[in-house]
Amino acid sequence: MLSLKGVSTRYGAIQALSDVSLEVAQGGIATLIGANGAGKSTTLRSIMGLAHPHSGDVLFEGKRLNRVPTHRIAALGISLVPEGRAVFANLTVAENLELGGYLQKDRNKLKRDMDHVYEVFPRLKERLAQMAGTLSGGEQQMLAIGRAIMARPRLLLLDEPSLGLAPLMVHVIFDAIARINAEGTTILLVEQNANLALHRSQHAYVLETGRIIMHGPSSVLAQDPRVKEAYLGE
Amino acid sequence: MKRLAWILGSVAILGLLQWAATAFLLDGPVRQGPYYYQIIILAGVNIILAVSLNLTNGITGQFSIGHAGFFAVGAYVSASLTYYGGPALRHALAFLPAFAQNGALLVIALLASALATALAGLLVGIPSLRLRGDYLAIVTLGFGEIIRVLILNIDAVGGARGFVGIPKLSNFFWVYLLATMTVATVWNLSRSSYGRAFLAIRENEIAAQAMGVDVTRHKVTAFVISSMFAGMAGCLFGHYTMYLHTNSFTFVKSFEIIIMIAIGGLGSIEGAILGAVVLTVLPELFRGFEGYRIVIYSLALILIMIYRPQGLLGRASLLGRRGGGAVTSAVKGGR
Repeated sequence: MLSLKGVSTRYGAIQALSDVSLEVAQGGIATLIGANGAGKSTTLRSIMGLAHPHSGDVLFEGKRLNRVPTHRIAALGISLVPEGRAVFANLTVAENLELGGYLQKDRNKLKRDMDHVYEVFPRLKERLAQMAGTLSGGEQQMLAIGRAIMARPRLLLLDEPSLGLAPLMVHVIFDAIARINAEGTTILLVEQNANLALHRSQHAYVLETGRIIMHGPSSVLAQDPRVKEAYLGE
Repeated sequence: MKRLAWILGSVAILGLLQWAATAFLLDGPVRQGPYYYQIIILAGVNIILAVSLNLTNGITGQFSIGHAGFFAVGAYVSASLTYYGGPALRHALAFLPAFAQNGALLVIALLASALATALAGLLVGIPSLRLRGDYLAIVTLGFGEIIRVLILNIDAVGGARGFVGIPKLSNFFWVYLLATMTVATVWNLSRSSYGRAFLAIRENEIAAQAMGVDVTRHKVTAFVISSMFAGMAGCLFGHYTMYLHTNSFTFVKSFEIIIMIAIGGLGSIEGAILGAVVLTVLPELFRGFEGYRIVIYSLALILIMIYRPQGLLGRASLLGRRGGGAVTSAVKGGR
């Protein structure tokens, strides 16, 4: 569904990604793990058109995404949940969700999609008239994910959904991600919490200083001694 | 149907007020009536300027500091049109009854100023709004000054002498009709789903883009609409005072408009109206301190930033809370 072929991205003189190739198969959850600064977020930014690769190709369902503006990429069916959630703090929960469905012009469908989000995250329904900035971290993460699925994406990019959340909340969020996946949305998950990511995905890529150093089925990588030592702390 | 009733109602009320203002202030018993009348007119012009600037600065979150430049473009373009083309236009409008001719001429002048400033807005907006960051502030600051110096050197519009002999076409009715239109436009925009995208851009540009919002296009649209209204305000101003001088369009004027919206609360329409009225009336009350005006403005801005950064009204809306968003309330309550 999504493939990166030899993608290299620079920020000025700093090489953030070198020759990254990866495949995300339709219907599954793929994950990208790695340490801080390994280039995980840059990979998502390169897919979403927020960073521009200077070489290599980003292909989504066969269409080349390089140089396509971000808002068009969103219209093609890719949604991003940005790192740090990036909810619209001074707008209400409901307004945030409506903006998530910005490309949906049919009001009835919009309403149905909002009900779907409330079903996945009942907590949001209780908070719908509240300013997003006043929500707790976990609720903001729910809102960021809810907002992203309002666009009915075929591919959902998640950037560190567990960041800064209490363990209990992390489970709520990951159960919701599993549900969204089961309902037919392909997911590419970027995580620092490698243990969690490997358990919740089918295929995994390990990124180190901008290069993919290992990849394979998540269950196999979870048993790999190098992964265990470097990322699972065993 | 409802919209038509609104429009007709506003026109009728403004017409009545115009009649009352003429009877009591201009020809009537009130001492210094014409002076009060003029303050009311200037407040109206400032309301148009503040509410329109608020669309760019408060709602879309792009900082423009050259609103006076667009105000000047609108004023001088429309004044040139009625000064040089007035006789010919009047001849062409001769089929209209006498009382409607002034109005028709003013409408033409308003359209010309709107067109000219929309173009100027595009020219300034497209290059500077493609980039993220504070480029717009720098470019608009430069634009305002360039326009002023340019006008100062065009002899056909009076240059440093000022532009004399502009026909008096505007009055209370027209100024407040346009002020109402400005408020209605910004109000409706900020509540539509298209306009909600302006707020999204202010809140987080990257997230807005990821939602499918064409950020550059929206920023330019907001900026052009905002410039257009500033231009029309210029047209009404010039055709009321019958005299234009570049001193009315300096950086200080741009700064004044920014203070109006900062005092009232960035992003709040009611706040912009309040700020415009306060900053028109107060300087009149304190005429004696005129030389200190810019010092007082700066102090007021600093104090507001420290003690009430959300402005006097903040984001609070006098006309009802936004609550659960347009779709939710529309579908739920059937409103």
